[in-house]
Amino acid sequence: MSALIEVKGLDKAFGGVHAVEGVSFSVEAGQVYSVIGPNGAGKTTLFNLISGLYTPTKGEIRLKGESTAKLEPNQLAERGMCRTFQQMQICMNMSAIENVMLGRHLKLRSNLFTTLFRLPSLLRDEKACRERAAELMEFVGCGDYLDTEASAMSYGALKRLEIARALAADPKVILLDEPAAGLNAVETAALEKLIRKIADQGTTVMLVEHDMKLVMGISDRLLVLNYGRVLAEGTPEEIRNNPDVIAAYLGG
Amino acid sequence: MLNRFMQMRLRDLVILAVILFALPLFLNNPFYYDLATQMAIIAATVVGLNLLVGFAGQISLGHAGFFGLGAYFTGIMTSNYGWSSVPALVVGAILVGIIAWIVGRPILRLKGHYLSMATLAVGFIIAIILNNERALTGGPDGMPVPAFTVFGWELSPFGSYNLLGMELNGSEAWYLFAAVVLLVAVWLAQNLIDSPIGRALRSVHGSEVAARVVGVDTARYKSLVFVVSAIYASAMGSLYAHFQGFITPAVAGFDFSILFITMVVLGGMGSTMGVILGAVVLKLLPQVLADFQELETVMFGAILMLTMIFMPKGLLPTIQMAVGKRMKKKAGGQA
Ligand SMILES: Nc1ncnc2c1ncn2[C@@H]1O[C@H](COP(=O)(O)OP(=O)(O)O)[C@@H](O)[C@H]1O
Ligand SMILES: [Mg+2]
Repeated sequence: MSALIEVKGLDKAFGGVHAVEGVSFSVEAGQVYSVIGPNGAGKTTLFNLISGLYTPTKGEIRLKGESTAKLEPNQLAERGMCRTFQQMQICMNMSAIENVMLGRHLKLRSNLFTTLFRLPSLLRDEKACRERAAELMEFVGCGDYLDTEASAMSYGALKRLEIARALAADPKVILLDEPAAGLNAVETAALEKLIRKIADQGTTVMLVEHDMKLVMGISDRLLVLNYGRVLAEGTPEEIRNNPDVIAAYLGG
Repeated sequence: MLNRFMQMRLRDLVILAVILFALPLFLNNPFYYDLATQMAIIAATVVGLNLLVGFAGQISLGHAGFFGLGAYFTGIMTSNYGWSSVPALVVGAILVGIIAWIVGRPILRLKGHYLSMATLAVGFIIAIILNNERALTGGPDGMPVPAFTVFGWELSPFGSYNLLGMELNGSEAWYLFAAVVLLVAVWLAQNLIDSPIGRALRSVHGSEVAARVVGVDTARYKSLVFVVSAIYASAMGSLYAHFQGFITPAVAGFDFSILFITMVVLGGMGSTMGVILGAVVLKLLPQVLADFQELETVMFGAILMLTMIFMPKGLLPTIQMAVGKRMKKKAGGQA
């Protein structure tokens, strides 16, 4: 059986800048797989490549054995991939729950006719969708904000809302780009619990995070990037004892 | 359980219905009825355009082109080929929808200024065709359009009618018809907005990246809303042609396109009630400022610019926010 995500010789250059260079690794289904490294190491670029927002300059990404080279982000979403962003991407022109309901887009079968005339089948689906979205908002801890306008919510609540939106698609794999950035200690602890809950449900998690305590505690494996290249790869134990990582992190 | 959206839309529809059906109490001559009828037809057009501009965040500076196509299709089919009004309106709207789909697919890939230019060009091309196809359209001189007919029953500004015992002249009857059309247009638009399709449309505006990663085929939804708004324009163009009884290529022209977009921006992008208010204000303004008729387009341009600078949310949302704040203050003061 092949891995859920396989990355081989991945390269992404912006003009002269190699944001990602010769990166290979694979993620097994059900793992929590983290990507760490200093700012500018290429972590976000890697996520953008995996989720189809960028096309690789070289190399290949396979999702369940299928090459993703020709797939648009929405087609990857159809195959079970979902994500959040370091620079949050929330639709500020909608309410909180509508953002989460948007996450369920692919689960909803509606056509222009049932929509324009608001036929019972549409109303049934919408009701179910809303209930599921409310459940998810409860799950991530923003159940108090159902009909609040997204633009009126706090930063921490929006970060959780974005996770709820990603979960709404019932994804097989979820990519979280610095979910703890800007959160206080209490919120970070809640986030750790939340990521564990997501992983326990069998969803594969890819995580970019700077909070080492969080990352080391939660990950099955880690990838360390430095200037776009792989510095090390392995279990938290292996990474902690890796001389290259120690040198890079402790000012070698 | 009614969600917030459903409560709002119900409230909006009821308010609109009350205003529309109470208005005749204040209209005392056919001139005002005709003006109100025009307003309602134009308002329904911009309610459709607002789906594209206000909700999906795409611009069209050529929407009068679709309005004009609907108007001329109706004009040509009813006067030259003896079609009845409803089939002409429906077939015209379907054809315009198909044209919008074909044109929309490539140009909606463009963003910002490029999309503005491309849609502007679409409007220009349609206006030029209507001007040049003299044999069909009468060219710049325009063409007459017969009265609106359904099942042999004729709705003409010069007729007289009996509705549930009320004696109505033609202008009054047209007004009531246009009011019902506007209500239906608003109801359909609201249904579209508060649905999975509507959320997908709004997400294209809110965050196109977010839309794509949750699985929204953004190109498809942009085309879809472009088509829907073009169909609104075409259908209303058909009614407008019947109501006016005479059309010229100006109905497809640049001035009309700018008028539509100004109504949307002034009234409030993304606010269905707002754009109706925008339509009312901009139809009233030339009446009030009759002395400045040559400057009409300049005036609309200035209004567009000033609104964008000083009131980017538009008239109605700004008023609603101000009222909301004051009510909060009052409630806070008393507590
Ligand atoms: N869209 C882009 N255009 C040009 N350069 C980019 C772009 N995205 C990222 N980069 C560059 O690629 C490098 C890696 O950035 P990024 O992936 O955001 O790092 P990280 O997420 O690890 O902080 C940086 O030098 C950044 O300036
Ligand atoms: Mg980053």
